Amino acid sequence: MTTLIQAKSPIPNTGDSMNRRTLLLILLLPLLVIFAAGLGYAVLLLPEQPQYLPNLVIENMDQSGVSHPVTAVLLNFRGYDTLLELVVLLLALLAVWSLNIPAARHKAAPNEVLDTLTNLLTPVLILVTAYLLWVGAHAPGGAFQAGSVLAASAVLLLLGGWRISVKLAGLPLRIILMAGPAVFVIIAVVTLLLEGQLLKFPPAQAGQFIVIIETVATVSIGATLAALFLGARPTATSNEVANEIDGEHK
Amino acid sequence: MNPANFYALIGIGLFSVGLLGLIINSHLLKKILAINIMGSGVFLVLVALAKRAENLPADPVPHAMVITGIVVAVSATALALSLMLRVASETGHATLPDEVEK
Repeated sequence: MTTLIQAKSPIPNTGDSMNRRTLLLILLLPLLVIFAAGLGYAVLLLPEQPQYLPNLVIENMDQSGVSHPVTAVLLNFRGYDTLLELVVLLLALLAVWSLNIPAARHKAAPNEVLDTLTNLLTPVLILVTAYLLWVGAHAPGGAFQAGSVLAASAVLLLLGGWRISVKLAGLPLRIILMAGPAVFVIIAVVTLLLEGQLLKFPPAQAGQFIVIIETVATVSIGATLAALFLGARPTATSNEVANEIDGEHK
Repeated sequence: MNPANFYALIGIGLFSVGLLGLIINSHLLKKILAINIMGSGVFLVLVALAKRAENLPADPVPHAMVITGIVVAVSATALALSLMLRVASETGHATLPDEVEK
């Protein structure tokens, strides 16, 4: 994998190509400065901060089930966006898996510092995940932030040489990846039956619905991002490689 | 100049630097990084402009859009990197064909 990334550019670094690059830069820079100046002018010309949409959010906060406006927008007022975004994540993972890129075979050198750090940080990161998930109801936080922290702890484990076990790499992993969007869709259907409109949470139960969606979505987002980091689909063969490396450690 | 405009202009600067990097670099990894820098610029503009007036609370809608945008950007980057790896394993170099000919 590293050798592929470091694959040399086929353009030799001769004086000729350097000249072309400098010429391109000289041509581009004035254009870019004009472009940036135009964008900056547009920003400075913007009208006063709009009132309508923020006021709409603030007026309806008591019906949203949470007290933080960003979470209310994400999970309630624009829940449709968030549902489709979870699907986008899943779609990206499907595309990455179908590309069939070679599994990364970086050997994690036995390193006491890395191992100790991983052992110490993983529980802390999981705790931070839970905190961010819970605090999202009334302060900055929520499923996406919590999911990212969870994915970070998984990436740390992966860098330390950990691989998902063969038993979990098949159906269980897929269930975890699917759980977020699936629960979201189920709740969307439930609200359709209860309120007659997709994702229109009844104000009394909105809080519970949001907590359920966010909890499952956090796990799914974390798993999806970690799987995206891994790249190749985890299979029995990639595990054998990892086990071999583990064997060398011991 | 109020802080919101200052940060928005910084965001535009990031966007422009990313655009320059996208055009002048032929290596795909550098192009992907450049697109990410452009994306960060856009996010900074959105976050900054959500609170333009001193006496009003921040507009939560652009903030929610940035949260979703960041996650989509991460997954798109992962997909782009995988495509780059695939291109590199097929052709032996991580550049696009039309840049090789020149």
